[in-house]
Amino acid sequence: MNNIQKNRLKNQLFKYWGIFCTIIGLVLLVVFIGDILIDGLRRIDWGFITSLPSRKPEKSGIYTALMGSIWILLLTTLIAVPMGVAAGIYLEEYSKKSRLAGLLEINISNLAGVPSIIYGLLGLEVFVRIMNLGASVLAGSLTLSLLILPIIIVATREAIKAVPSSIRDASYALGASKWQTIRHQILPASGGGILTGVILALSRAVGETAPLIVVGALAYVPFVPQNPMDEFSVLPIQIFNWISRPQHGFIENAAAAIIILLLITFVMNGIAVYFRNKWQKKWK
Amino acid sequence: MRKIKELVIEKSLFSSALVTIAVTVGIILVLAIEAFRFFSEVSILDFFTDTQWTPLFTEKHFGILPLLSGTLLTTFIAILFALPVGLSISIYLSEYAPKSFRKTIKPLLELLAAVPTVVYGFFALIVVTPFLQDIIPGLSGFNSLSAGIVMGIMIIPYVSSISEDALHAVPYSLREASYGMGATKLQTAFKVAVPAASSGIIVSVILAISRAIGETMIVAIAAGQQPRLTLDPTVPVETITAYIVQVSLGDVQHGSLEYRTIFAAGITLFVFTFLLNTLSYRIRKKYQEKYE
Repeated sequence: MNNIQKNRLKNQLFKYWGIFCTIIGLVLLVVFIGDILIDGLRRIDWGFITSLPSRKPEKSGIYTALMGSIWILLLTTLIAVPMGVAAGIYLEEYSKKSRLAGLLEINISNLAGVPSIIYGLLGLEVFVRIMNLGASVLAGSLTLSLLILPIIIVATREAIKAVPSSIRDASYALGASKWQTIRHQILPASGGGILTGVILALSRAVGETAPLIVVGALAYVPFVPQNPMDEFSVLPIQIFNWISRPQHGFIENAAAAIIILLLITFVMNGIAVYFRNKWQKKWK
Repeated sequence: MRKIKELVIEKSLFSSALVTIAVTVGIILVLAIEAFRFFSEVSILDFFTDTQWTPLFTEKHFGILPLLSGTLLTTFIAILFALPVGLSISIYLSEYAPKSFRKTIKPLLELLAAVPTVVYGFFALIVVTPFLQDIIPGLSGFNSLSAGIVMGIMIIPYVSSISEDALHAVPYSLREASYGMGATKLQTAFKVAVPAASSGIIVSVILAISRAIGETMIVAIAAGQQPRLTLDPTVPVETITAYIVQVSLGDVQHGSLEYRTIFAAGITLFVFTFLLNTLSYRIRKKYQEKYE
């Protein structure tokens, strides 16, 4: 075999190796999910979703955890989305190339890389202790809001960046002020992109476990939160709690709860991808 | 009137941007103050040299090394798995794969990063560990090997996605010159494209390491809760993050020394990830100028 043939063979081999690597992660994911479906699917029924947690695995349900997750999701949306979008607009449309703008940018990029559990420590000290909110839904939502803030800001900036400057110029030429231009031209034009980023950030918040454990969310809550100051649990913490128990029945419960959690995450990701595709076509 | 309204709006948008600064300041202050209180009771020398971490026992030792070794061991295993696979994926997708294939596979790969980490923890403990126990007889029920491997699967998209973007940014003319010399795709990929995109690839690896160091649930579920200074991947260890979770789950009195240990552990974690993130930001800024 001469050199050329050798090189061609290596080239072919690498190609197959590349295909193998690309597929392997997904195959493993499918195997995992398949395993979870086998373990958990038969446990899912209406009773599982509407029952309170219990000491007996076959009587346990995810009702309080699911409601806790919905509470957290709603409050986090209310807190993080306006703040993140506003900050994104400011950074993209207002801030000049000043030292402060540079600092803000480095800072946000750094915040995005801070481990989620560190946000938990921040929330524990500031929201739970100093602001005296206790281990409440509100304290948890504030903590998660700070966690997803950088993601929303970056997504907002990217979406605004993609709006052609001709639209801005046309609006100014008609005598619109800066805010009018943003409100009536930039935001509607970048809305799809912002929405995509927001949904992805929220789907991250729904799956977060560690910061909420640190903040003090409970594994066992026998009631549904009635107001933002109530104690709470969320689906991922309920799953974590069931995984750490020795009885096999709880492992089945964990698998069943994972199916529900994955369903929520994948649906949110699906919606986000749908909006992204729809929105990308607009500027082409 | 209109001017005032514009000004008010600008200022309120600005204040939202300032929240991000407040968060950083808040994190640093909270960690620093509690860690300072911790170090007024525990000698900093002990913290870095003692080889035992037993703050919750009656005989207390406060050496961070066992937690650090647990963190670095699981991270090392994860990177050992994710780096070759992630890099191969990025090279295959940017140099070999048809465009349509790339377009469908990339969002699917990113789905790997969207799965909640507690779910990966379940995989590691319930699926991967029993599977590995069949191959490695002495494997403990909690170990850094399966936690590391599953963490590696999770961070594959971090490596592949950013590396692929970097490879994609390399001008096609460079490749054409290489093909013109008679080089194969493989030779072009490794001798032209990868070196040209090296800074982006390095950034992806640094970010993946930082992600793995800060990962919590997988290691808290599957790696165990026994701080020990070891490089053996088959025995239970405890990472910094898992320790913080362990303490948070228990009923630790606010203001006690045990309570402060999680902040001392937290600041160690924060310093590591901060250095890595800053480094990657620097490299990224430098490299952005390269082909623009």
